Formats: sequence, structure tokens, C-alpha cells
Amino acid sequence: MAELTLNAVGKTYSGGVKAVSGVDIQISDGEFIVLVGPSGCGKSTLLRMVAGLETVTDGEIHIGSRLVNQLDPAERDIAMVFQNYALYPHMTVRDNMAYGLKNRRTPKAEIETRVAEAARMLELGQYLDRKPRALSGGQRQRVAMGRAIVRQPAAFLFDEPLSNLDAKLRVSMRMEIRKLQQRLGTTSLYVTHDQLEAMTLADRLVVLNGGRVEQIGAPLEVYRKPASTFVAAFIGSPAMSLLDATVEGGRLMLEGHVLAEVDHKAGPVTLGLRAEDLRLVARGGVPMRVEYIEELGAHRVVHGMVGDQSLAVVDQGAEAPGDLIHIAADPARLHLFDAATGQRIDVRSRVGEFAR
Amino acid sequence: MQKIKPFDHLILILGTLFLCVPVLMALMSSTHTAVDIHSNGLFITPGSNGYATYEKVLTHRGGFTGDVTGLLMLKNSLIMGFGFAIGKIVLSMMAAYALVYFRFRFATVLFWMIFATLLLPLEVRIMPSYQVMSQLHLLNSYTGLIVPLLASATGTFFFRQFFKSVPDELLEAARIDGAGPWKFFIDVLVPLSKTMMAAIFIIMFIYGWNQYLWPLLMTTDESFYTLMRGIKSILQVWVGSQIPDYNEAFALAVLAMVPPVAVVVIFQRMFIKGLTESDK
Amino acid sequence: MTDTPLSAQGPTAPSFLHRLRDWWSGETANPVKRVQFGHGLTPWLFVLPQLAVVVIFFYWPSAQAVTSSFYIEDPFGFGSTFVGMENYADALGSKEYLSTAWFTAFFCVVVTALALGIGLLLAVKADKVIRGAESYKTLLISVYAIAPPVAGLIGMMFFDMHMGPFTRLFAFFGHELRVGVDYWDTTIALITISVWKQIPYNFIFFLSGLQSVPVSVREAALIDARSGWRRFKDVTLPLLAPTAFFLLIINITYTMFDTFPIIDVIVKDKPANNPMTLVYKVYLDGFKGNDIGGSSAQSVILMVVVAALTVLQFRFLERRVHYG
Repeated sequence: MAELTLNAVGKTYSGGVKAVSGVDIQISDGEFIVLVGPSGCGKSTLLRMVAGLETVTDGEIHIGSRLVNQLDPAERDIAMVFQNYALYPHMTVRDNMAYGLKNRRTPKAEIETRVAEAARMLELGQYLDRKPRALSGGQRQRVAMGRAIVRQPAAFLFDEPLSNLDAKLRVSMRMEIRKLQQRLGTTSLYVTHDQLEAMTLADRLVVLNGGRVEQIGAPLEVYRKPASTFVAAFIGSPAMSLLDATVEGGRLMLEGHVLAEVDHKAGPVTLGLRAEDLRLVARGGVPMRVEYIEELGAHRVVHGMVGDQSLAVVDQGAEAPGDLIHIAADPARLHLFDAATGQRIDVRSRVGEFAR
Repeated sequence: MQKIKPFDHLILILGTLFLCVPVLMALMSSTHTAVDIHSNGLFITPGSNGYATYEKVLTHRGGFTGDVTGLLMLKNSLIMGFGFAIGKIVLSMMAAYALVYFRFRFATVLFWMIFATLLLPLEVRIMPSYQVMSQLHLLNSYTGLIVPLLASATGTFFFRQFFKSVPDELLEAARIDGAGPWKFFIDVLVPLSKTMMAAIFIIMFIYGWNQYLWPLLMTTDESFYTLMRGIKSILQVWVGSQIPDYNEAFALAVLAMVPPVAVVVIFQRMFIKGLTESDK
Repeated sequence: MTDTPLSAQGPTAPSFLHRLRDWWSGETANPVKRVQFGHGLTPWLFVLPQLAVVVIFFYWPSAQAVTSSFYIEDPFGFGSTFVGMENYADALGSKEYLSTAWFTAFFCVVVTALALGIGLLLAVKADKVIRGAESYKTLLISVYAIAPPVAGLIGMMFFDMHMGPFTRLFAFFGHELRVGVDYWDTTIALITISVWKQIPYNFIFFLSGLQSVPVSVREAALIDARSGWRRFKDVTLPLLAPTAFFLLIINITYTMFDTFPIIDVIVKDKPANNPMTLVYKVYLDGFKGNDIGGSSAQSVILMVVVAALTVLQFRFLERRVHYG
């Protein structure tokens, strides 16, 4: 078990394409870090650089106190769980788990104990002598986990390990991975494109976009204070609505309605509104024309138009498409972003027409 | 972590040299005179006699009856390669279509009858095959050269596998759209098989072009000689000659190997696909 | 694509008779397609050309081979006498036949081992390097297309007693190479040329086998084992086993049959003191010796051997499809 330090890490392919640039992450011992972002954001490349499967072209990676840039994957003391599990098809479950240990000259008795322990934890006991092809997807996933656990490495690396499972299994495996990690206390780096998975698993999230870090923080912190429009739109479901608004004379205006008073220079801004922060009011607020409704059981998501911009609201009511409704929100829950750069603007907003 | 390993390259270079240098030397030596080769051995550099040699091999009449030229043999080899490849594709696609897409009496028996041919290569039954051909009066004919070689199910096997991998929904959709068996075959299956057909064509063209034993038996009339058959006869002439026509033999070898090698190099990707997927 | 010809029959049908009846009428337990076209003449039209070719040029000659193996034909073609198993007894009892059989076996083992070994070595290296990989591949593969007789011709020049480079090489080491005259010298030439011709084929298949090993499995091995040799031995090689087995059969068949032109070019109808394979002997006895009965008996013996090899291959293929 160890700390993991990424210092100005970057990856430039021989063709000149920059996949990752300037990534600084400090991971403390036992922490569960999730790298999240859309496909092509460089999260897998970053993970594979830590594993040693891709060369590091810029910066330094430390595992514990060791600089590992030049080390072979087998020397880095990491274990990896692959998306398609990457089990050795010709080896039994037992041999799959034992293989890495055998190559490290672990004593036989020790290997047996560790495999038995992992099999018990993962409920794989009865499958130890089977080949991977005789296992279900969920069982294969467990074997892949087991192969990582028996190694007792300095860090676990997970490369979208749940994306090949069906929805139900994914949720239960997610829980198991989290419990196992907490029990073992092993530093973990986990890659996913699923923001829900990221939110539920992580001690801290690293949101990546175009090979750069957009934001690092605890899930709730990222959710409550997204650092940019990219993070705002990526984290949370339904996605935060982003609208064009303006500041005129200290007043935040949306489609001609004054929403709040803000300390910000005049000009266009991007306004972020989370559906769950909005509520319906009988009068006042901002009028919205209902377009369609997603019925989710516990609540419903009402999609509509404010002027010609779309907006979503979480609600329990009974409105129908075509209705005109009025919405309002706590000014403290408004998110403002720079219209040009998309960066978060932290301003104090005061009560306005919107909150009435 | 990929590091450049000089040892790996050394082995690859040695392997490549072992395979390619003989070909290169054959090519280069064909441009020197027979006397030159006789006294100095094989060459790795080009000579100045190339035009004369190739001109002679391609156009001068040779052989026992004085009828056969290199050009004629080239033409016959092409007929053999194309005829075999096209015949193979047509026959095997049709048979595979019947076996996969129809439900009819004796289908299984037919299936086994056709696929049993995979068991025995032509070489083990050359003698009786020759007798059959002579009874049918097919010696010294293109039909006799090509058609008997088609009696092997390699292509049928391959197309059967391919057709089985075509989604069932396609046939269902076609039937809903009112296509009968002929329409489905021509409008859907044939266009769908284009890449497969091309891959198989390359393999079969080379196979047909490279035939040796069968043309050797089938053709006594020199106007039906292929390049492979020509190699046999140029060697027969050697016996007893003072300085054998090394250069002409090499020129003939070059003529015989350039077309198939070119096909493989140009269509490398398709060739590998055809080879690895059809032979399995 | 899960079943091969041998498994097209329903594997667990109720009774033998029942199965036979279904088989005969073409009703297989698992039809190839969920929906098929109905009965009628159409399927026959499609299958007829292939069927005709197969019957005329496969079954007829094969049957003829079996029949004439029981007869001795008059050398002048005036008639033939039924002799039962005598041709077989003659063949299997003759010293010449047995020594040819031994040579064929020896030739198969050596050529197969060398061609597979070198092919595998080159494929592994070509799979490993990045720089120049495509050029190596193209050059190594191109030799595949060269016909065996052309290979034989080029090889003959290299082993030419007067000016062949190999002859000179051997002379340098103090051995006078006399290909076409000395039994073992000819053997060396035959083996070299046959291996040379077959390497590209094995290379192509091994390389495509290597490239079908999932990238992530290789990466998992990279994390599990430091030594490259260990990764090769424990992970890559077992995953290549099916390819290797397939190639083993193909290489044996190649050495038995497709080396015919090479032998013909090097030995040139002069069996005198030269090695040859069983197939070449069938050809010599039949066409040069006019011993049709004996040649046919030898053909039939070969047929049995090849059929056994092919069945073995199919049985294995069937299992292999379900691998992994």
C-alpha cells in the first residue's frame, strides 16, 4: 500500500497527438480515486501510464517513494482489472489468480492461502478448477478482481471493470468493489465514463476533458460547485441546464426576467440550473412552456422552453405538455460561468424576482 | 513498454534474407548470359543481357515441335489461373447457397458427398484421374486442365461458413420484401460476399497458376503448355547440353513467379484474410 | 460459425434408425438457418454443377483406383487379371516401397519441424517489432506465391554441382555436395527447398494467431510476469496451440504431396540413387513404369493415410471452435 503521485504527467504520441497533458494528482494511501470523463478524454491512457503499459513522455509518476517512469509493469507493484477481464483462457480460475504470484517466487503455501482467502471473499470457492469460458460474466469479473487482490499490490488499477456487465449486476458489483476496497485499504485508481459510478465509488473524483484535468474533488463538492460548464454538464443526472443570460447593472437577466442581483460586471454569462434545485411557483418566477415529461416514478422531469432555451425541472405535479408554468429557485443555487471560457464565476447573489 | 531490440531485428533480417535473396538472385542472374553464369556463378547485381534473354524466352519458338513461346505459356497460365479461380467461386458459391439456404431431400447426403472431397488431394488419385480424362477425351484441352481441379470442396466449405455467419434476419427481411431464392441470391447474398469473393479469388488464382502435376499429365500438345509445364521441358532439354541455358531458365522462373507474387504483395491484406479464414 | 462438417449431424438424436432416416431425408436436428427456402427444383439447380464435377472427377477416379488396385494390367493394354490383394502385398512387401515410406516419414518430420520452428520464430519477432514490421511482413509473405516447381528450379541452381552457391559453401567446409547423385546430398537440397517454400505459410498463420491473442490478455501477462520468455511460454504459446496443431497437419500434408514438383525438378525422373516420397513413387510406377495395378494399390494406401490425417484435423477443429 502506498501513495501515488502524478507530477505534470503528459503523453504525446509519436504522431504529435497530445493525449494527456499536465496532470497533477496527489493520491494518499488507501484513497479511492475515480478518473471520469467522456470517451477520448485521456482517462484510460493516464491509467495505463500508471500501469506501465504506455510510456510516460512528460512528468513523473511515483508509486510510494519510487519513481516508476522507466519500470516494467511487472516491477511497479500494481494490479490491474481490465474491462474485458483479460483472464488467461487456458488457465483455471486458481491458476489465473496464482500466476502473478508464482512469477514473483511467492512460496507455494503462501499462494494457496492467498488464493483461498480471495476465493472466499469473492465467493469463488466452487469455481477454482474451472476455466474462464465456463463462467458467467459476473463470475469472470470476480476472478479478475481476485487476481488483483491476491497480489496485495501497492495500488489497484481499474479500467472500466463493470462496463461489460448488465445494469443490475453493475450496481451490485459496484457496491462490492467499494466494500472490498475499504476492507483492504488499498490505494485505487478507477477509470469510468459513467458519472453515477464515479459519484458512488470515489473518495475523490478527477474529471478529465481533452487530456486535461477539469476538476479534482470529493463527489459532492464537484456536484455542488462544478468548476466549469463541462463539469456541470457531465456530473449529475439529469444534466444541469446551461442557458445564456446577461448581467445588466448588477442584475442577472434571463430572457428579459430579472433572476437575482449579482456582483459582476455587465455582459453575457452562462447560467447553470440543476433540475432538482428548481421549484414551481403559482405566480412570478420565470414562465416556462412545457414540452414533454419524463415520468420516473419517484418524481418527474419536466422539460420545457424559457424563451427559446431549454430547461429541465424536477417536480411532483400534474402539468401536461403545452401548459405554461412558473419556476423559481434559491439564488444561492444558481451557477454562473464565464460565457467565453466556461469557467465558474463565484459571486454573491441576492434575492431577486426569481425567488419570490 | 516497447524498447527497440536489435536481436529481434537481426533474426528478422536473417529470415528475410534467407527467403528473398534466392528470388533476387534468380531475377538478377536472368539478366546475364549463360556463359557468364556458367563461369562466374549466380549474380546479385543486374547484367546487360536482360532484354535479349527475355525477348528470346517470350517470343522464340522452342520445344520439340517448335510451336511454343513464352508468351503462349504465359497466356495458358493466365487462362489456368483465371479459369480455375472463377470456376471455383461460381461452383462453390452456388453449392454452398443450396446447402445453407434450402431444406430439401438428401441435403445431408449431398453435403457429405461434397465435403468428403476434402479428404483426398488430387495427387493420390492421379493415375485413375488420368485414365478417366483420356476416356472422356479431355486430354489437351482447357476443360481438362481446369475442371477436374474444381472437384474439391475448399471453396464450398468456405462459402458455407460465410453464409452461416450472415444474419438470419436478412433472409427474413428479404422474404417479407417478396424476394424469392434467385432474387435473394443475386440481390443480397452476392453483393454481400464481394470481399470474400475477392479474397478467395486471390488464393485460387495463385493455386491455379501454380499447378504443376496436373498440367504435366494433361498436356502433351505444346500449345497447351503453361509456364510450370515449360519449366519441366526446359530442364529436360538441359540433359546433355554443354552449357545449359541458365539465364533462360531463370527468366522463365521469373515470368512464372512475378504475377502471383505481385498479386500477393498488392492485395496483401485481402490475401491474408482469404488464406487464414478459408483454410481454417 | 460454431459447427464444422463433422458436427452437422445432430449429436444426440434418439435412436440410430431414427437418426439414419432424418439424415437420409436431409432433416438435420439443427438446421443451418432458422428460416430456409422450401423444397423444389431450385436447390438442385444450384448444387448440380459442383455435384457433377465431384462425381465425375472425384468419385469415379477414386473408385477406379480401388478397382484397379485389385488387378494386374497387361503392359500392352490387352487386358487385366484379377489378383486380389496381391498388389498390396507386393507394395507393402517390397524393400523399395518400405524405404520410400521411411524416407517420406523422415522427410515429413524434418521439413515440418523446421518450417514450423522458423515460421514461429519469425512470426514472434515480427509481432514484437514496430519499426519496419510491415516491410518484413510483405517480404516474408511474398515468397508464399512462388510455385513449388519454381522453388525447385531456383533451388536446383543454388545446389548446381558446377556453380551453385550452396555447393561452393559446402566445398568451403570440405564437403563435396553432389545433389542428384548422392542420396543424402539430395535429401539436404530437398529439405532446404521444401522448408524455404513453406516458411511464409506458417509465418502468416502464426502471425495472425499471435495477433488474435487479445491485447488485454497480453497486458495482463505484462503485469504478471517480468520475463518475456516466461510470458511467451505460459501465455502466448498455449494460446497458439490450436494454430500450431492446424499447421502441423497442413505441413505434413504439404510435405507428402505438394513437394512433388520440387522432387520432380531435382530428381528429374532419375530415381537411381535418389530419395523420393510415396506420391512420387505412385507417379513413377504408374506413368513411367506402367504398373497401373501397383500404382493404384499405393494410391489407395495413401488415401487411407491422408483420410485419417484429415479426419483427425476435423475432429480437432471441431473442438477448437469452442476454445476460449
